[in-house]
Amino acid sequence: MSIDLKTIKHISKLARISVDEQRAEKLAGDLNSIFEFIEKLNELKTDNVEPLTSIAETTLKLRSDEVKSKNIREQIIKNSPQDNEDYFVVPKVIE
Amino acid sequence: MSDITKQSLTQLIENIKNKKLSSTDVTKAFIDRSEKSEELNAYITNDFTSALDKAKKFDQKPNFNLKLPGIPMAVKDLFCTKNIKTTAGSKILNNFVPTYESTVTENIWNEGAILLGKLNCDEFAMGSSNETSFFGNVQSPIDKNLVPGGSSGGSASAVAGQLTPVTIGTDTGGSIRQPASFTGIVGLKPTYGSCSRYGIVAFASSLDQAGPMAQNVKDCALLHEVISSYDPKDSTSIDFKRNNYSKELTNNIKGKKIGIPKEYRVDGMPKEIEDLWQKGIQNIKDCGAETIDISLPNTSYALPTYYIVAPAEASSNLARYDGVKYGFRAKGENLIDMYEKTRSEGFGAEVQRRIMIGTYVLSSGYYDAYYLKAQKVRKLIKNDFDEAYKKVDAILTPSTPSSAFKLGEKTNDPVSMYLNDIFTVPVNLAGLPGISIPAGHDSKGYPLGLQIIGKAFDEQNILNIAYAMEEKINFKNKITDWWIK
Repeated sequence: MSIDLKTIKHISKLARISVDEQRAEKLAGDLNSIFEFIEKLNELKTDNVEPLTSIAETTLKLRSDEVKSKNIREQIIKNSPQDNEDYFVVPKVIE
Repeated sequence: MSDITKQSLTQLIENIKNKKLSSTDVTKAFIDRSEKSEELNAYITNDFTSALDKAKKFDQKPNFNLKLPGIPMAVKDLFCTKNIKTTAGSKILNNFVPTYESTVTENIWNEGAILLGKLNCDEFAMGSSNETSFFGNVQSPIDKNLVPGGSSGGSASAVAGQLTPVTIGTDTGGSIRQPASFTGIVGLKPTYGSCSRYGIVAFASSLDQAGPMAQNVKDCALLHEVISSYDPKDSTSIDFKRNNYSKELTNNIKGKKIGIPKEYRVDGMPKEIEDLWQKGIQNIKDCGAETIDISLPNTSYALPTYYIVAPAEASSNLARYDGVKYGFRAKGENLIDMYEKTRSEGFGAEVQRRIMIGTYVLSSGYYDAYYLKAQKVRKLIKNDFDEAYKKVDAILTPSTPSSAFKLGEKTNDPVSMYLNDIFTVPVNLAGLPGISIPAGHDSKGYPLGLQIIGKAFDEQNILNIAYAMEEKINFKNKITDWWIK
C-alpha cells in the first residue's frame, strides 16, 4: 500500500491543515515509512478478539447538572485572538 | 548552605521542618541555579519573583504538617496553571493563559509546594528527545548536545541538573520513564486512572498519565502520594484506596516473584543493555526475590498499535485548536482558510505528522483496517500481561533499548525515533504502572535505566522493588555542571 500525494491532500483537507507541494511530498514519504511499520499488525489474526475500547473498566458516574463556574466570561474571552468583548470574532461566514 | 540544590526532597523537607533551612533559602537556591542554567533551556516560563514571595509568606506562617512544606517545584508545561502561561511546547498555545488549575498541580500546591516555573517539553508531548518543542531543544545535564529524552525532557533535565528538587511529567508512551532513564533519575508512570487528567493538555486520552520524577525512589513515592487522587472532574479517574506510598515504602521484597519477559530481548539491542538487565536480575535475586522467565508474545506489535491509537486520539483531541477561542490565529481569506493556515503555521512538523496519521486511520474506509485492528491488538497485549500476572508480582525489563543519543541524530527518521519507546509503550497500552530507575552507565558514561512494571494499582509493590534495588545498585549520577560558566 502506498499513500500518494492525492491522499495526502485529501487527509490534509480533513485535518484542516494546509500543506504546500513540498510539505505534501515530505509527508507522503514519512507516512509511507510509518505505515510500512504499522502493516506488521496484519500478521495477527484478530477475527474473534473483542476490541479494547476503554482501559479503565468503570462505568461513567452520573452527577447533577448544575452550573459550577460562574461569571467567567471575561476570563475566557481574554484568551481569544480576536473578540469584541462579548463575542469571539471570526472571518465572515455568510456572504 | 551552598549545597542546598544537591539535597533530596526528603532531606529538604526535614531541614525545613527542623528550621535548619527556610523555604526562602531553598527557593532562592533553586532559582539561583536555574538562572545559571539557561543553556539547558529547561524552562519555557519562569515564575521566580512570585515564587520568592510565596516562600517568604510560607516562612512567616509555616505549616509543617503539609507534605511539601514550602518546597519549590517546577512542572512540565503540559499542566494548566491558573493565570500562568501554559504552552504545551507549541506555538499554537504560545499566548494561552489558563483560567483554571490542573488537579495534580492543585494537589501539589495544597500540600505547600511553590511553583518555580513551567518546564520545556516536546510539542503536545509528541516526541522522544525534546527536539519538537517550539521553544527549542533541551540540553541534557549529562553531556553537551545530548538529548535528555522526551517528551518530559525539560522535567528530566531540571531534576538531574538540580534546578528543581522533584517534578511531575506526563507519560503517554514512555515520556516519563525514557527521559528519566536518559538522565539518571527515577520516573514513575502510574496506573491509568490513578492521577487525574483534568487540566492536562490532552494528547492521547486513553494513554496519558501524569507522574513523579525524582532523584530517588523515596522522593518519587512521596510525590506520587500527593498527586494521586480520585477526581470527579476526570471521568476516567478511578476511586480506589490509595496508599501512603512513602510511609509504607519497604525494601523487604523477599519472596516476590519477578517476571523476565523473553520478548524484550530485541534484535540489535546493544550488549550493554543486555548486561545491565542481567545485573538487574542478579540484583533483584540478591534482594530475596525470585525471577521467573515469562512470555509476553505480542510485545512486538505494541509499537505499531501505539502509532495508530495515539495519533487517532491526538487528531481528535487537537481538533480544538482552530484559532477561534484561544491560542495562535493566522490570517485567512475566509473561515476555512483561517483554520487551515492557523493549524499549518501553529503546529510543528511532528504534531502535523501525527494528526495526519490519526486522521487517515479514522477516515472513512480505513477505520476497520487500522483503528479497530489496533484496538483488538491492544486487547491481546493487555491479555499477555493479565496472563503473566497469574504467575508473577511484577516484571523487570530495560527502560530503553539504548542510552541517550545526540541532538539531531534521529530527527530525520521518525520510525527510528519511535523505536526508542519499544519497552515503555506496552505498559501504557495495558494501563499499568511502570517505574524507571537508574541502574548503571554505558561505556560513554551515559546513564541506563531498568523498568519495573506492576499490576494495575500496585504502585506500592513496584516502588518497594525499586527501593530495594536502588539500595543495592547504589547509582551515582555523573553531573559535571558543564553548562554553568
